[in-house]
Amino acid sequence: MPKRKDIKKILIIGSGPIIISQACEFDYSGTQACKALREEGYEIVLVNSNPATIMTDPDMSDRTYIEPITPEVVELIIKKERPDALLPTLGGQTGLNIGAILAKRGVLERYGVEMIGANYKVISKSEDRKLFREAMRGIGLDVPKSGLAYSIQEARKVAREIGFPLIIRPSFTLGGTGGGVAYNIDEFEEIAARGLDSSLINEILIEESVIGWKEYELEVMRDKNDNVVIVCSIENVDPMGVHTGDSITVAPAQTLTDREYQKMRDAAIKIIREVGVETGGSNIQFAVNPEDGRMVVIEMNPRVSRSSALASKATGFPIAKIAAKLAVGYTLDEIPNDITKETPACFEPTIDYCVVKIPRFTFEKFPGTDPTLTTSMKSVGEVMAIGRTFKEALQKGLRSLEIGLDGLADPPGVSSLSSNDLIQKLIIPNAERMLYIGCALRKGMAVSKVSDLTKIDPWFIENIKEIIEIEKKIKDFTRKGVKNIPASVLREAKQCGFSDSQLARLLDTDEIFIRKMRKEKKIRPVYKLVDTCAAEFEAYTPYFYSTYEMEDEA
Amino acid sequence: MKANNRALLVLEDGKVFEGRAFGARKETTGEVVFNTSMMGYQEILTDPSYKGQIVTMTYPLIGNYGINPDDFESSKPWVEGFVVREKSRIFSNWRGEKSLEEFLEEYNIIGIEGVDTRALTRHIRLQGAMKGVISTCENDIKVLTEKARSCPGVVGVDLVKEVTCQEGYWWKKEGNYRVVVVDCGVKYNILRELSSLGCQVWVTPADTDADSILRLNPDGVVFSNGPGDPAAIPYVVQTAKNLIGKLPIFGICLGHQVISQALGGKTYKLKFGHHGGNHPVKDTRTGKIAITVQNHGFCVDVNSLPPEVEITHINLYDNTLEGIRHHELPLFSVQFHPEASPGPHDAKYLFKHFIELMEGKTDA
Repeated sequence: MPKRKDIKKILIIGSGPIIISQACEFDYSGTQACKALREEGYEIVLVNSNPATIMTDPDMSDRTYIEPITPEVVELIIKKERPDALLPTLGGQTGLNIGAILAKRGVLERYGVEMIGANYKVISKSEDRKLFREAMRGIGLDVPKSGLAYSIQEARKVAREIGFPLIIRPSFTLGGTGGGVAYNIDEFEEIAARGLDSSLINEILIEESVIGWKEYELEVMRDKNDNVVIVCSIENVDPMGVHTGDSITVAPAQTLTDREYQKMRDAAIKIIREVGVETGGSNIQFAVNPEDGRMVVIEMNPRVSRSSALASKATGFPIAKIAAKLAVGYTLDEIPNDITKETPACFEPTIDYCVVKIPRFTFEKFPGTDPTLTTSMKSVGEVMAIGRTFKEALQKGLRSLEIGLDGLADPPGVSSLSSNDLIQKLIIPNAERMLYIGCALRKGMAVSKVSDLTKIDPWFIENIKEIIEIEKKIKDFTRKGVKNIPASVLREAKQCGFSDSQLARLLDTDEIFIRKMRKEKKIRPVYKLVDTCAAEFEAYTPYFYSTYEMEDEA
Repeated sequence: MKANNRALLVLEDGKVFEGRAFGARKETTGEVVFNTSMMGYQEILTDPSYKGQIVTMTYPLIGNYGINPDDFESSKPWVEGFVVREKSRIFSNWRGEKSLEEFLEEYNIIGIEGVDTRALTRHIRLQGAMKGVISTCENDIKVLTEKARSCPGVVGVDLVKEVTCQEGYWWKKEGNYRVVVVDCGVKYNILRELSSLGCQVWVTPADTDADSILRLNPDGVVFSNGPGDPAAIPYVVQTAKNLIGKLPIFGICLGHQVISQALGGKTYKLKFGHHGGNHPVKDTRTGKIAITVQNHGFCVDVNSLPPEVEITHINLYDNTLEGIRHHELPLFSVQFHPEASPGPHDAKYLFKHFIELMEGKTDA
């Protein structure tokens, strides 16, 4: 099916100011969409209040409005510009919410503007938690037990019925703002009141706790011919209870068998069809009980999300760009895969590396904030690292945070930490938890114990333990003589993501010395391609990551 | 690296990959292929279609969820050897019962880890599929290269007789339709799918002749997947020839190649085969695309098929033939795996299509 000729002018809503949960990811998606649609010859009108974005650069659209993103202002822009279509799915939750309000108020109908990518019905069905839950049950999918409340009195009643701990989620908000986890009635009263207040429609969902369950996300794309593909699976290292934006996450999923993954994939396809996203991308979240594999649907975002930016970079599949092209009528098989050129975008990327995303926190800039990680997002950014192993990607990622880490090091002040304090640091999710896990393993705590305390899958903990073991192996050479390190040990350390400065720190020497020794032993990084297809096809416009392997492709 | 763990993978062109052995310590030869599925190693290991092959996983972290009692595609693993970048030290999954390492050891299969599997995959992509040897006993590269070169490989070799059942058996005794499955190396999930749709399923050895099959009075016949070269099993092709037109027939993978040959088609060897779970296949009649599971080194030549055969499915990666039907006779077959396992379930609808064909509700 060719692109639509009945629309010429498209209004795109940006995501506005940088806030927690909506940062440059949405500038990235919006910019991709603007470029893709202009390439197709559409006239683009853009509204975004944030001038420090790339999408507001003069050559990104035909007309840019740097105005507050409110329904009133966007209505005025519609009145003046008279676009044929509104694309609300690329400006994060802001874009989606504004689209929904304009549709509800009849503005779009009045000016003959068609909402593309998602329509009002889709937005309501996915955002209104009650409708969503009913829809999921209707297609035979499991959801956590829950109840809705519109007042504190109702909230108390629901809480009594389900029992603690409980998760409180306000409807129609950003990044879970105003939500939280309550372990007792006092906490519950406070969070419920705040949630009711922050919801645009004064609605909160009170939910059976699936805290500690494994958390997964799938990035799904659908075209108007009902072709559906899964771009990427993401597994959260931090289990349910920590907002995805605050979790360390890994792509692809690491601890699911194919049978379980396919069950999730089937569910995701059913969901995107049921909710009715006709074209574009969606992000769907699942929780899985590690004890028996019970899978429940958590939520769906019928738009480009933070995770889609990550999934795009992780796989080489440009979700926002493709979503924009699907919105104007193309089908997945009509769009070429930019990287391989000869194969179409109608496929599922397969990757031959491990991707780790680590959130970046700046609690020092927000005095008085509780640094405990909950279902409200608190991180201000994230880093992504690629390696051939989880260990390599994790250590690269920790370094990239630019918080002074050279890899998996001890957190500050750890020497004065009592073992009881350490246990608390493992139980209560916090920004440095990964470092405290390392610390506990260094002290000899068993993998199973660390996993019990953190509820993090033992597979991840075991990998961290392997890092600690190599650390010990390296450290032994301060006694045996640094020069005596065999090439095999040094290579193993590099393959597990140890930096030269980290090795220097462990060996009580300097980085230049390590670098020289490494080069003498011919241990140098190689560069491998991110090519969407695990080397099955030739790649033309790929990008590279460094690793320590046999073959260099650069 | 401990000396007894060192293992070498040497290809017939002399290319060497060094790694560490896990599972059995031995020497093994086979055709080296890569599989791009990120999950599902247990199904891959136990798929009889991999008889004669050394399988390389392109996803680097393998063994993470162990081996469980449910995800077998046959009674045992069939790969000649298994190549990975990193084998997990532990397994973590509520269904997991043993580690990948223990499993391979139990069946005396050698695994090799620490290999730059991406370099190996690129090499195969560029140079084409080739024979190889994995060894923990021999260090001489020349000797190993020669061993790789002189091993039988898969071209022209009948591997079906190695994997087919020795005697026929009921997979499921009750059902609305009696289906005979010609076992060229059948994956359990084909049998599971048929029985879940209410079929009575009898599995018969690959060398069963048409008369013996007809004597069972079936409503339909399935020619299953299986290993190796379709040109090496003329006896199965003959059976298909004798059955075509007499009752509804469904062919999967090797079964598709068998049926194509029975209709007069020819097969050829692909440069490096299709092995993975992400190939887009277009149904030419509906325009719909399914993400399919693929596992084949040979392919049917589109131009060799007679005019009464219609092309129903095409691979969007390389435009190779993925499915056919007959204009007049109740018969269809696909190159990909509608039974998935491992991989997406998009093409499961074909089993229902087969049921409808047996019901006489539709033509092929």
